[in-house]
Amino acid sequence: MGHIYAILLAGLFAIAAGLVGSVASMKRMVLASDVMSHLALPGLGIAFLLKGNPLVGGGATLFLGTLLVWQLQKKTDLATDASIGVVFAACLGIGALVTPNEDLLEALFGNFQKLSLPGFLLGTAAVMLVVAFLLGMKDRLILDLFSPELAAATGVKVALLDLGFLLVFSLTILVGLRFMGGLLSSALIIIPAATARQLTGRMGQFVVLASAVSLVSVAVGFLISTLILKTSTVGPTIVIVSVLLFVMSLLKKK
Amino acid sequence: MTGGNSGSGWPLELFLAEAKKEFEALSNSNGDRTWKREMVDPLLSVRNLGVAFGNRAVLRQLSFEIYSGDCLAIIGPNGAGKTVLLKALQHLVPYQGEIHWSPEARLGYVPQRVAADRELPLRVSELLAAKARVLHLADQEMDQVSSELNLSPEFLSAGIGTLSGGQFQKVLIAFALLGRPNVLLFDEPTASLDELTEERIYELVHQLQTQRGITLILVSHDLSVVYRYATRVLCLSKNKVCMGPPKEIMTPETLEELYGAPPKYYRHLEEL
Repeated sequence: MGHIYAILLAGLFAIAAGLVGSVASMKRMVLASDVMSHLALPGLGIAFLLKGNPLVGGGATLFLGTLLVWQLQKKTDLATDASIGVVFAACLGIGALVTPNEDLLEALFGNFQKLSLPGFLLGTAAVMLVVAFLLGMKDRLILDLFSPELAAATGVKVALLDLGFLLVFSLTILVGLRFMGGLLSSALIIIPAATARQLTGRMGQFVVLASAVSLVSVAVGFLISTLILKTSTVGPTIVIVSVLLFVMSLLKKK
Repeated sequence: MTGGNSGSGWPLELFLAEAKKEFEALSNSNGDRTWKREMVDPLLSVRNLGVAFGNRAVLRQLSFEIYSGDCLAIIGPNGAGKTVLLKALQHLVPYQGEIHWSPEARLGYVPQRVAADRELPLRVSELLAAKARVLHLADQEMDQVSSELNLSPEFLSAGIGTLSGGQFQKVLIAFALLGRPNVLLFDEPTASLDELTEERIYELVHQLQTQRGITLILVSHDLSVVYRYATRVLCLSKNKVCMGPPKEIMTPETLEELYGAPPKYYRHLEEL
């Protein structure tokens, strides 16, 4: 049963990742956010070290790091762009140092394993929160994407909306953290959206396609990983499948 | 018209010129309008407005008032703070001093450019609908604005990335008009547009002013437009701030001081 829960949650994660990724791609925050999963690494490492719950540790530093990134992003100049990069790299370094050697591979690249019922329910609740936020804030997000100034003039609280999106982004990373790992958890947010963008120019289709491509990547990657490669480190294979899908989408004539 | 020619030349013409000046002073100057103005509260009251970015003060101790139905043109060289002023009036940038809008003021903003990149997969109708939903507007409002601006169904279903400069400007105006504003803040509405489109935009602006009684705050480099539509002019520059009716402000001397170069236009004296 534990594996069924894990598979189901992986699927839910894929859908959330596609949704979040499509918005992130429209916000042009792809490069910065791709490495956001690094923020979880110090917390993951400490949790492994102390034999605590990895998700709690990873979630804590992910959350704190997100707040930090949000503050840094509000000041838009080159220095803060660089400082965001420094934060990400530092987290990777610290995380790698802190994590016990035998857990390092799992922390970085994930491990597909049984999921308890409470864990499954929590993960599902998190995904539902992500979807609810994106659907509920859809119009405000559209205005923010078009022009943060005009959105503010229309009464949208732009800074809070951006924070909300960053948190939802982090929450999605957290849901996928165990089986995708700290390095690759955000790759699935980025790549399927890029693929979907090649295939359509309409926002509704774009968002749905991103989720669909993400789901296919997870399914195919998971199957190849467990059945052919016989490994529970499914993250890298999933990412490679998503990249192959992206390459295929480039072949499509617009 | 300094009247230093007593005893020479054309006494009747001098007399008429002076009389004309007095008449204009009565009908245009701020001081003589106060008897009317005191009976009406200003739509916007700005006191000692200051905006600074880091150490650089862009606006300093700016005070003025705007009344319903005015068309205020803000002129001045680049970097003088005209766009910053528009943003400050909408509380979009931090400022010192007081900016007080009367409670019935509803603002609409048409910026010079927006952050959106052309790649954004958004259609005109989707953009307008998003604002309508955020403001909880009735469905007909979008249709009303579309028909007022003559937006065809094809136009509405076009992606914003496929629009020309003039079409995009129309979208920004439509966007601003949703929610029935009674004040429109317009930043350089026709920069980078061809002359024909420019004419159309200004005709539209004029229509809004006369038919809908909308109060306009207009930043423009086009002095002929300012002269045509403005009832008040605010000039902003690093060394000089002045405010008054167009005839007072739009003199060659003031403009040269403002822009640092003599203006290249001719005012027809017969119009005086």
